[in-house]
Amino acid sequence: MMASWFPENISTFGGEIDSLFYLIFYITGAWFLLTEGLIIFFLVRYRRSQGQRAVYVHGNNLKQAAWILVPGAIVLLLDLWIDFRGAEVWAKIKGRVPPSDLLVQVTGKQFNWEIVYPGPDARLGTPDDLQIDNELHVPAGKVVRVLLKSKDVIHSFFLPNLRLKQDAVPGRVIEAWFEATTPGRYELPCAELCGFGHSGMSGWLIVHGPEEYEKWVKEHWPSEK
Amino acid sequence: MSEELSFWRTYVFSTDHKTIAKQYLSLGLFWALVGGLTAYLMRWQLAYPDTEVPGWGFIAPDFYNMLVTMHGTIMVFFVAMPILLASFGNFLIPLMIGSRDMAFPRLNMLSFWVFSLASLTLLISFFVPGGAASAGWTGYPPLSAKAAYTGVNWGLNLWILALALEFASFLMGGVNFLTTTINLRAPGMTFFRLPLIVWMQITAAVLFMLSVGPLIAGAVMLLMDRVLGTTFYLPEGGGEPLLWQHLFWFFGHPEVYVILLPGLGIVLEIMPVFSRKPIFGYRPIIYSTIAAGMLSFIVWAHHQFLSGMDPRLAMPFSITTIIISVPFALIVFAMIATLWRASISFPPPMLFALGTLSIFILGGLTGIFNGSAPVDIYIHDTYFVVAHFHYTLFSATFFAGFAGLYFWFPKMFGRMMNEPLGKMHFWLTFIFFNAGFVPMHFVGLGGMMRRIANPMQYEFLQPLQPINTFITIASVLLLLSQIPFVVNFLWSLMRGQVAERNPWQANTLEWSAASPPPHGNFETVPAVYRSPYEYSSPEAAEDWLPQDRPLASPAAARQ
Amino acid sequence: MDSRAQTLTSTGIPTGKVGVWWFLASEITVFGGLIASYIVVRLGSSGWSEAAAHLNFSLGLANTFVLLTSSLTMVLAFAAVEDKDPKRLGTYLGLTVLLGLAFLIIKAFEYTGEIAAGFTPAAGIFWSFYYGMTGLHALHVLAGVITNVILSIAAIGKVLRPNEHRVELAGLYWHFVDIVWIFLFPLLYLT
Repeated sequence: MMASWFPENISTFGGEIDSLFYLIFYITGAWFLLTEGLIIFFLVRYRRSQGQRAVYVHGNNLKQAAWILVPGAIVLLLDLWIDFRGAEVWAKIKGRVPPSDLLVQVTGKQFNWEIVYPGPDARLGTPDDLQIDNELHVPAGKVVRVLLKSKDVIHSFFLPNLRLKQDAVPGRVIEAWFEATTPGRYELPCAELCGFGHSGMSGWLIVHGPEEYEKWVKEHWPSEK
Repeated sequence: MSEELSFWRTYVFSTDHKTIAKQYLSLGLFWALVGGLTAYLMRWQLAYPDTEVPGWGFIAPDFYNMLVTMHGTIMVFFVAMPILLASFGNFLIPLMIGSRDMAFPRLNMLSFWVFSLASLTLLISFFVPGGAASAGWTGYPPLSAKAAYTGVNWGLNLWILALALEFASFLMGGVNFLTTTINLRAPGMTFFRLPLIVWMQITAAVLFMLSVGPLIAGAVMLLMDRVLGTTFYLPEGGGEPLLWQHLFWFFGHPEVYVILLPGLGIVLEIMPVFSRKPIFGYRPIIYSTIAAGMLSFIVWAHHQFLSGMDPRLAMPFSITTIIISVPFALIVFAMIATLWRASISFPPPMLFALGTLSIFILGGLTGIFNGSAPVDIYIHDTYFVVAHFHYTLFSATFFAGFAGLYFWFPKMFGRMMNEPLGKMHFWLTFIFFNAGFVPMHFVGLGGMMRRIANPMQYEFLQPLQPINTFITIASVLLLLSQIPFVVNFLWSLMRGQVAERNPWQANTLEWSAASPPPHGNFETVPAVYRSPYEYSSPEAAEDWLPQDRPLASPAAARQ
Repeated sequence: MDSRAQTLTSTGIPTGKVGVWWFLASEITVFGGLIASYIVVRLGSSGWSEAAAHLNFSLGLANTFVLLTSSLTMVLAFAAVEDKDPKRLGTYLGLTVLLGLAFLIIKAFEYTGEIAAGFTPAAGIFWSFYYGMTGLHALHVLAGVITNVILSIAAIGKVLRPNEHRVELAGLYWHFVDIVWIFLFPLLYLT
């Protein structure tokens, strides 16, 4: 049921984020049903009735307090489980950039994504660099390394279909990476308030199949091979 | 204490904690209306982008950013804090500890007037050229540090000043609350006989006083960047934008507990009264509160997982964040256990207290999602977060706030509120709040970002638009549902049935004073013999036993 | 009407003292936040020592001496309270005020020189912190001076009784302001 609420996942690590989400969903869902259910049950079962006096229970000694301490301990254990699962996923996504096939530089500037491709020499800062605003072209099935920068304020690079988000901070170069599995057009909005043009600041991630990608490269760097 | 004071000294420049409490309440309720207006304008724009909002007109994108900013700033600093802390804290603490007033009555009065100045400053900021602050209630630089980035000049400067004045006001209040509770307790009122709301208020005061300092420093730095050309947060001058985020959230996180704890305190006072049973786990609740308070200082960077800070910091903060759910879970379990084998009635205070509990549970649970760093990669800066914090903050501020107002109205104003209207207010608010904010989780999961004025500008969000429209309709109905309360409150002030001293048959000391209490509170300073929650005690024939009722015999001296 | 802040109560600690200590706790976090920010940002960048070299070390040292002496005169003022000597009290409070003013004058002199040399607040991140930290501190010194002026006038006019405990409370604040400078001086002038 919940799957329909997420946009399509075309990221190699997206599935792990989604699974972690569901783990938390089932655990918190269970607690939700238990606590709210108990509340409703008690409210009905123990509503005031003639002649019935409430029972005088303090809960301050260990034997009675156990009724809340034991569930508290269970909460702690489940919490730690969620975090240990999370640690692995986090390390994989944000801990290190895997060996990448492609490099691209994305600079946020009120209110556009200035995207610079290094060209066939795979190095930035050389004459064959090409800037295309708001269009990020990548081949499917390849690891793309992104260098995030900003020329003015904090923006946030958000690819919902790749389950990827990373703030772009002026004065820094921040690395992110992704590998897209499926060709298509996917939106690239800015996810950090960046001024009066924040609403509508968006670009496109265009994932090409291998042949299409070749074509796109040839179109943009015709003289190179 | 029976000198006749002039009108001005009685109602305007009063040093009586009860009057000051009512002054804070009035300003807080005024700002709640303004905050509600900002919500109405935002929600209309979101549901029907770029159409004229009925009763207002078009909302331009920069004005939308101002609405977003002011809504957050107003609700957190000018509604939640004045009502939950300053108003309830001021009114209740001296009465509940058996004191005639606060330790520093003139400082108390000064704190209200500084808060009024803060309010005036914020109000003026709407009308200066360039408009009001528009960088979010979080005010991240560089957006907020250079006027050119927002087009807002004096509006943001005044925003910073208003916050600084508000902080000063609450620092004064915090000194008063802590000193009063530590030093002015009546004979027999040991720390472990204090009502839980007093524990909550002083914990909140400690959290506020120890966490706001770095943000005051940060705010001074931000103002200097804007006005003096310094470069604390501007990379072109060697500055560091992330510095603000750390200073802000080091305060920002304890701040949400500063708001939450008094709200929980209100619930913890009301539930035993209408369950006719002691609160379950008085001591575990206190220890949990202290633990949560201490933990709240080491979770702050869970707001910054994706900020560019060292990724290795994410896991430690995820762990502390997830652990902080444990003390709050304990408090929730304790509240539920209080209902077990109780004798429960459902007047409006109890309905709102139960509403607070049930809504807070959902808010706390969605916090687990946000605290998990990998999941946060996706949900950060989406409406899932907005739904989460509305569940926690709205329950603490509004449901608990209403619970407290319905409960202590007789004591504050000497009259009863109308019960059927109160119940109607509860059900309408409960239904429309959930109707609006449950779906909000789903638009967040669909990827809708925060602080955008027009979702239709994004192809991937267009299918979600019907939900946005639904949320708006529910929100407007939620706002309209407050009309029964406004009518009830105002009418009861003037024409409500005269209240007796202790209409709820409750145990805490404020119910021994007249309704409303006179200057000086008590005819004679009470002496305290027992804990606050001796309901359905085997020692008494009735199902309640006030803290200040003398002991029947020496053998009966228990706690 | 009893002077509430003076009454001994539930804990035996004078109420005014409890209040002032909580106030100072919050002030410690203000300067703590500022100083921690300075340290962290400075550790992450370079060029600060070169900028700091332009500060006037002698004037900074003089100011340190001025403030330390003023703390001494403040302690002597409090001793005069305990000895119930209003004239000595007035003298030492007055000296504390003068020393506080001296601090502010020296600081103003420093600022003027620095700005004339082109080291304005906009001159770089070191200068942002320099003006921010010393400026906020100077405002606190000014507040202390004003408080001490009020107290010394009351002392000299023999109207301070029964509130002499306020000298001790003002002393606590004044020592705090001194201690903040003890941190600022090495962080700014000695590195």
